[in-house]
Amino acid sequence: MADDVKKLIIDYVKKEYLEEDSTQEVNENTKLISSGIVDSFSMVSLKMFLERKFNVKIPDEKATPEAFDSVNNIIKILKEYVTI
Amino acid sequence: MAYSGKAREFYNIELDGIRQGGLFKEERYIKSPQAATIRVEYPPGAPTKEVLNFCANNYLGLSSHPEVVAAARKGLEERGYGMSSVRFICGTQDIHRILENKLSEFLGMEDTLLFPSCMEANAGLFEVMLDKNDAMIADRLVHASIVDGMRLSKAQLYNFKHSDMAHLEEKLQETQNCRFRLIITDGVFSMDGDIVKLDKICELAEKYDAMVMVDDSHATGFIGKHGKGTHEYCGVMGKVDVITTTLGKALGGAAGGCVSGRKEIVELCRQRARPYLFSNTVPPVVIAATIKVVDLISQSTARRDKLEANTKYFREKMIQAGLDIKKGDSPIVPVMLYNAKLAQDVARDLYAEGIYVVGFFFPVVPQGQARIRTQISADHERGHLDKAIAAFTKIGEKYKILGKKKDEVVAMYGI
Repeated sequence: MADDVKKLIIDYVKKEYLEEDSTQEVNENTKLISSGIVDSFSMVSLKMFLERKFNVKIPDEKATPEAFDSVNNIIKILKEYVTI
Repeated sequence: MAYSGKAREFYNIELDGIRQGGLFKEERYIKSPQAATIRVEYPPGAPTKEVLNFCANNYLGLSSHPEVVAAARKGLEERGYGMSSVRFICGTQDIHRILENKLSEFLGMEDTLLFPSCMEANAGLFEVMLDKNDAMIADRLVHASIVDGMRLSKAQLYNFKHSDMAHLEEKLQETQNCRFRLIITDGVFSMDGDIVKLDKICELAEKYDAMVMVDDSHATGFIGKHGKGTHEYCGVMGKVDVITTTLGKALGGAAGGCVSGRKEIVELCRQRARPYLFSNTVPPVVIAATIKVVDLISQSTARRDKLEANTKYFREKMIQAGLDIKKGDSPIVPVMLYNAKLAQDVARDLYAEGIYVVGFFFPVVPQGQARIRTQISADHERGHLDKAIAAFTKIGEKYKILGKKKDEVVAMYGI
C-alpha cells in the first residue's frame, strides 16, 4: 500500500513540477524543496493535492519545507493522519 | 534591556547563514539622479565611478525627466510634502482622484485605486475579491508580492506550469465546482522577460467562466503599440478584469501602485483592502509628477518606440556576439550563464568595464538558471548600447562562453 502511495506522489510531482522533456530522476529520497524541484509556493498545491486525495487536513504548522522535502518525508506526515 | 545575548547570537547566525549561502545583498551608493549614466560608490569608500546603468526599471527614462521633475516641484509647492493621513480620513486630495481617472483612461479600465506600492496592491486584492468558496489559479512564476497576497486570501490556491495553457486548462477543469475562479499572472515575467499569453488565457477564461488578473508592473507604459500593457499587446483590451501595476518603474519610478479594473472590484478594494486602508496616502509630490508622466505617454509614443528600437538592437547585437539571450520582445534581456559564481564574476568584471548589472541565481531564479538580467531604457543612446555590447563581448571572451550552448557552459563551470 505504501508503495502505491509513493508511486502516486512521485507521478504527481513529475507531472506537476517537471517539464515534459526533463531528465530529472525522482525517487522517494529525492530532495524536492531544497533542490528547487518544488518551490515553497508550489508546495501549497502539493499539500492540497494530498489533502484531496487522502481526505485529510494537514495543519499548516506541520506542512514545513523540511516535512515536504522528499516523498519519504511526506509519507511520514501522511501516516500521522491516515492509514497507508 | 530585553535584547538578550541569545537574541543577538540567533540573528548573527541567521546572517552568517545568508552570507555562507552567497545570498547576502549589498547596497551600492548612487550619487546622482537615476539615469542611463550614474555615479556609483562601490564598494563603500571606493572612489566614485561613472557607469552605464543596465539594471534599472527606468524603462521610459522618465525617472529624472526635466518635465517630470518640474511637475513634482510644482506639486510640492502647491500641495505640500505630506498628508499625514490615510486616504479615507483626510489623505485624499483632488489630484489623487485626477490621477486615478487618468490611469483608468490610459489603461482602458473602468476604475482605479492607488496604493502605496504595487506590492501592497497585490497584498490587498485577493483577500477582497475571493473567499474560501473560490479558487486562485496562478502561473508558477508570478511575482513574490502576488504569492504573499494569495497567502493572505482564504481562497483555494492552484498553480500552473509557467505559461503552460494545457496545464492551466486542467486546473480550470479541476475547479469547476468553485464559485469564482481567478486566473492570476504577471504581464511580463520579471526574471525571464517573456510576455504572458494573455489572448490564450482570456479565451480559456471565457470558456470556463473565470476572471483574469494581470500584474503589469513590467509592462505599463511601454508594452503594446500605445504602451498600455500586455492586454494591448495581446489584443484583449476589455477582457482583463483586474490589472495591478506600479508607478515605481516606467511611470516615473518614485513610488506607488494601483488596482485598475471592474468598478465593483475597485470600489470593494477602496472599502476593504487592508494595505490601502491602513497605509499613508501616496505623497502629493508623487501624484503631481505621475499625472505629468501619464500626460506625456498619452500624448506621444516616442519614448516607448525608442525603447522598442533599443531593445531590438540590443537583443540582435548580443545574439550576434554569441551571448546566450532568453528570447522575447520585452526590454528585460536575461543573459544566461547558468552557474551562480560565473554570473557574479561576469557582473563584477562588467562593473570594472563601466557597466552596472547584477547577477541573479537560486533561489531568485531556479537552480542552474543563473543569469545577468539586463534592462533596456529609452534613456539609453546607441553609444550606450554599443558600449555594453562591447563589454559583454570582452568579458564573454575572457570566460570563453561566446557561442557556447548551455551544456558547454555547464561543462566548463558546473551548474
